Amino acid sequence: MNIAVCVKQIPDPATPYELDDENHWVIRPEDQVLDDTDRSGVEIALQLAEATEGTVTLYSMSPSGSLQGIRQALAMGADAAVLVDDPELKGADALTTARVLAAAMQQQGFDLVVAGTESTDGYTGIMPQMMSEILDVPCLSFARKVDAGDGSVTIERQTADGFDVVTAPIPALITVTAGIEPRYPTFKGIMQAKSKPVTTLTSAELGISNTTHQIIRSVEPVAARAAGEIVEDEGEAYLRIIEVLEQAKVV
Amino acid sequence: MSVWVFSEEVNGLPSGGSLELVSKARTLGEVAVFYVGSGSAAAWEALGNHGASSVHHLDTGDVLPSGPAAAAMADLVSDATAVMFGIGNTDRDVAGRLAARLGRPVVSNGLDVSIDGSVTVASEILGGTLGVTTEVTADSPAIVITRPKAFVAEPNGGATPTVSPVAMADSGRASTALVQEKHVEESEGPALGDADVIVSGGRGLGSADGFEMMNELAGLLGAAVGGTRAVVDAGWVPYSYQVGQTGKTVKPSVYIACGISGAMQHIVGMKGASTIIAINKDPDAPIFALSDLGVVGDVHKVVPQLIAGLKART
Ligand SMILES: Cc1cc2nc3c(=O)[nH]c(=O)nc-3n(C[C@H](O)[C@H](O)[C@H](O)COP(=O)(O)OP(=O)(O)OC[C@H]3O[C@@H](n4cnc5c(N)ncnc54)[C@H](O)[C@@H]3O)c2cc1C
Repeated sequence: MNIAVCVKQIPDPATPYELDDENHWVIRPEDQVLDDTDRSGVEIALQLAEATEGTVTLYSMSPSGSLQGIRQALAMGADAAVLVDDPELKGADALTTARVLAAAMQQQGFDLVVAGTESTDGYTGIMPQMMSEILDVPCLSFARKVDAGDGSVTIERQTADGFDVVTAPIPALITVTAGIEPRYPTFKGIMQAKSKPVTTLTSAELGISNTTHQIIRSVEPVAARAAGEIVEDEGEAYLRIIEVLEQAKVV
Repeated sequence: MSVWVFSEEVNGLPSGGSLELVSKARTLGEVAVFYVGSGSAAAWEALGNHGASSVHHLDTGDVLPSGPAAAAMADLVSDATAVMFGIGNTDRDVAGRLAARLGRPVVSNGLDVSIDGSVTVASEILGGTLGVTTEVTADSPAIVITRPKAFVAEPNGGATPTVSPVAMADSGRASTALVQEKHVEESEGPALGDADVIVSGGRGLGSADGFEMMNELAGLLGAAVGGTRAVVDAGWVPYSYQVGQTGKTVKPSVYIACGISGAMQHIVGMKGASTIIAINKDPDAPIFALSDLGVVGDVHKVVPQLIAGLKART
């Protein structure tokens, strides 16, 4: 099975994010990292590829010149990457991103597309569903467990009060939750990642232009909640909790 | 001006989130609802009573709704000013497919929506630290996803709406995903989304067993039990317990966070609580920055003492 996995490179979440003054877009440094939430998707793809003697190709759109995050995903074991890196795509919204990634996948071919449920930095949470419509495939979303074989894919789909078992023929797209524990890259994997093929494409080569039609009109800091009282527990802090519960009239 | 609202059926009735959206939408224009589920007189009444004038009803049977619902909606909403979705999994699936089908952007995580020539959405980004307003400059309809409890579900005594059945159109491969089984993972006590008091646990509880004392504490306070994504992913509690950006948004009177670090994705789901009490052994845990009472201590000591103290009062 030929598996396409969407991965996103994001500014390191451990550092504060900044917006540019003109467009209010997140400033993207060159040393972006792999979004942690994508590791589960890479993991599932690797497992399915191992079971079916398939291949795993990463797809990413990243108008920033970064490659570090892609190498991190290759180090987990993916075979190759297709990166659409083009300044024209700065500030691209989810629909433009979906068009770009779908066009790249259509060009290269795929049986199954795997994506996370939302990115850590932007969390719009609908890009994969948009891709599924453009690619004309069923979208099996919010999977916490995935099985594939015999030309079909079956998932456990998270619902508000439990889960559904959902199945569809391939080609298909799945989105996976973070519940699937990703593997750590091995030293060998990290070394091999340096020489794995990364194809870089521009939006013009895919015939897609940036059609973002939303403009950020204003940005303001949100007033933070003030910190209250801090008590060090020395065996009696529970009494203070009970007092606060009494004040709130819940006991 | 017409505003459409997507509504998924939950336990035979419109989802609570969609009634919040209908209540908001009636202040923006005439409300049409696209309803997915088996449908019932009680469902139509609830939608009408919150301000819907018309309901378009699609029953997808065993087919996962996103494909057929997006295809059917695309034909119906072309004259609408805005189409509103909640953040539920099916809402997101349909919104994404519909937007791609119509070639329209989606503004997500909305907290407020206004229409004044164009559609403008207020939201918070970067973990709720920055408030932004986004104007949709594409042709209508604007597609907006809003966060739970951004609006209040308020009946206005509206009449029962007109109901038109929508036929399952052929949407090809998009409609080939079939729901084979449905599983409900039961939770005890009041529903998390509506609870007045919430006792919530994180990885600091150490193991799934740590939730036994959470349940006991919740029982004494008439509280619901919640958790972080870390404990859901670890399989300690089901996803229905998850509070945060990708789980439930809660606004209880009291939220007691036990062994929770306070990651921004967790905070966005609970910072609306009136009183926040946190127990964490790390004095630098970010959760303390927004707690009314922060106890620096071990949950395995403080929580059992609290339980004993509450029992001693009764
Ligand atoms: C896109 C995205 C969406 C996300 N959505 C959500 C979401 O909806 N909800 C959510 O919760 N998270 C979400 N997360 C995950 C989030 O970033 C954090 O990883 C998660 O909230 C951490 O959970 P935690 O506080 O239980 O664990 P940790 O961060 O590991 O914190 C455990 C805490 O317990 C304390 N502790 C340890 N032992 C003890 C003890 N004996 N006594 C007292 N304290 C102790 C530690 O000091 C620590 O502060 C999301 C992440 C991403 C990237």
